[in-house]
Amino acid sequence: MRSALKLTPRHVQHDTEAPILEVNRVTVKYNDRPALEDITFVLNAGEHIAVVGPNGAGKSTLFKVIAGVLKPTQGVIKIAGHHPGGHICVAYVPQSSQVEWTFPVTVADVVMMGRAGKVGLLRRPGRRDWEYVHHCLETVGLTRLANRQIGALSGGERQRMFIARALAQEAELMLMDEPLTGLDVPAQEEVLRTVDELRARRVTVMMATHDLNLAASRFDRVMLLNRQLVGIGHPRDVFTAPLLQAAYGDHLRMVQADGSTLLLSDTCCGRGL
Amino acid sequence: MDRWLGFLIEPLSYPFMVRGLIAAVMVGVVCAVSGTYVVLRGMAFLGDALAHAILPGIAIGYLLSGGERQVIFWWGLGTAVLTALGIGAVGKQARVRGDTAIGIIFASMFALGIALISTVRSYAVDLAHFLFGNVLGISARDIWLTGVLGGIVLLTILALYKEFLIISFDPILAVTLRLPSGFLEYLLLVLIALTAIVALQAVGVALMVAMLVTPAATAYLFSRRLSTMMVLAALIGAFSGVAGLYLSYYVRVASGAAIVLVSTAIFLLALLFARRIPK
Repeated sequence: MRSALKLTPRHVQHDTEAPILEVNRVTVKYNDRPALEDITFVLNAGEHIAVVGPNGAGKSTLFKVIAGVLKPTQGVIKIAGHHPGGHICVAYVPQSSQVEWTFPVTVADVVMMGRAGKVGLLRRPGRRDWEYVHHCLETVGLTRLANRQIGALSGGERQRMFIARALAQEAELMLMDEPLTGLDVPAQEEVLRTVDELRARRVTVMMATHDLNLAASRFDRVMLLNRQLVGIGHPRDVFTAPLLQAAYGDHLRMVQADGSTLLLSDTCCGRGL
Repeated sequence: MDRWLGFLIEPLSYPFMVRGLIAAVMVGVVCAVSGTYVVLRGMAFLGDALAHAILPGIAIGYLLSGGERQVIFWWGLGTAVLTALGIGAVGKQARVRGDTAIGIIFASMFALGIALISTVRSYAVDLAHFLFGNVLGISARDIWLTGVLGGIVLLTILALYKEFLIISFDPILAVTLRLPSGFLEYLLLVLIALTAIVALQAVGVALMVAMLVTPAATAYLFSRRLSTMMVLAALIGAFSGVAGLYLSYYVRVASGAAIVLVSTAIFLLALLFARRIPK
């Protein structure tokens, strides 16, 4: 009954053969200054990729152009084989600093926001939507905090709330903009574990991070970005001295110890573009 | 007990007081509910600018009709909507900062309004009326118009509750969900413009921003959900309207000013107690 009445948004059918994301020769300019130049890569469904690069490398710009918030100056982006306009399957998890944490909304309210596309314009969420929201909260372990105002959450819980919102959106591609910045190690681990659990749902994840060691140890592939695509692939092939030098210049130290390499970058934690 | 009842009932023997109370409650509720978005989106300056920029429209209506309320109302409405769209467009240009551009437009529109009204001999009285409102002078027909317009505003806010919530809390989410963000942003501005016209009778252009902002800001201190904030703000707005009118009746002060002062008093009290009652 309900579905028959539903104002379904124009939701493009996915071409299941096509990769979830194709970025083809994309350039983005702000007032003629290029923030991204000639970026080309492909992501397959279910892949987890870390995006690393110095501040101002264009990580956030890349995410925004994929999410459809910015239009590329040149080049084409395809989501599951189609133009991104009709898709609501891309979720953008904002940087914590961009969120108004005193806003009068509860954790469940924020997760329900992700549901708005499925509920449809002018409609109120029904019992099934709330059940779905609570299921998503359970998945990220926030059931207990569902009715808290969002300002009451810890850093790790805040990121997990946005992951739950992306799940409520039924997102297939999650863009996470430095979700670990400002978190202590246990909280980082808690967020990473939640991200790892997304593998079971074949959710594709792109995560911007400053932590090269973590990028190397927890992701299938890494992307090294400095306005241009410096390298993409297995961490072993990308985190090499020449490529890191190309991306970071002198802002990076490599420490050799016990046959493994520790990477120290001193460009951490500002707000990148 | 009887004395108190008498205190409350006595003013109701005057029809103008009854009409005034009905209008004050409607204005209080509509302003408070749209005001929640003004407060949450940090648009207080925008709301004030919008209210002031309406003045030339009202002045033209006034000059054309010789003071006919209906004509003034429609001119005010038209100017309000145009101004809202103009302010929306100003925010999108990049040459001058948005608030600077709005500051220039709003002061010049206000000056134009004063200049137009000052061409009439009874200028001081008429200007005071538009600047500070007079809810006690409201006619039955004005009440009807206020009700319809206020009803449209409230119904739209109710119908688009989750969409307005999303564009206010997380504009990027609105884009990824492919909501018509631009249209919704403009619609919200138009709703605030309509609210300004509704409030014109009661508190005038100069005090309008207080009606939009103060009850909503008070409610914000105690609310952990937007729906709660709206209901609480509406109650505070309605109460301020009624209490303000009684104050105006017994103390003999201007009704618009009395309403605003009551709502400010409630805000200050709330600020004192808010720390003790966690959200």
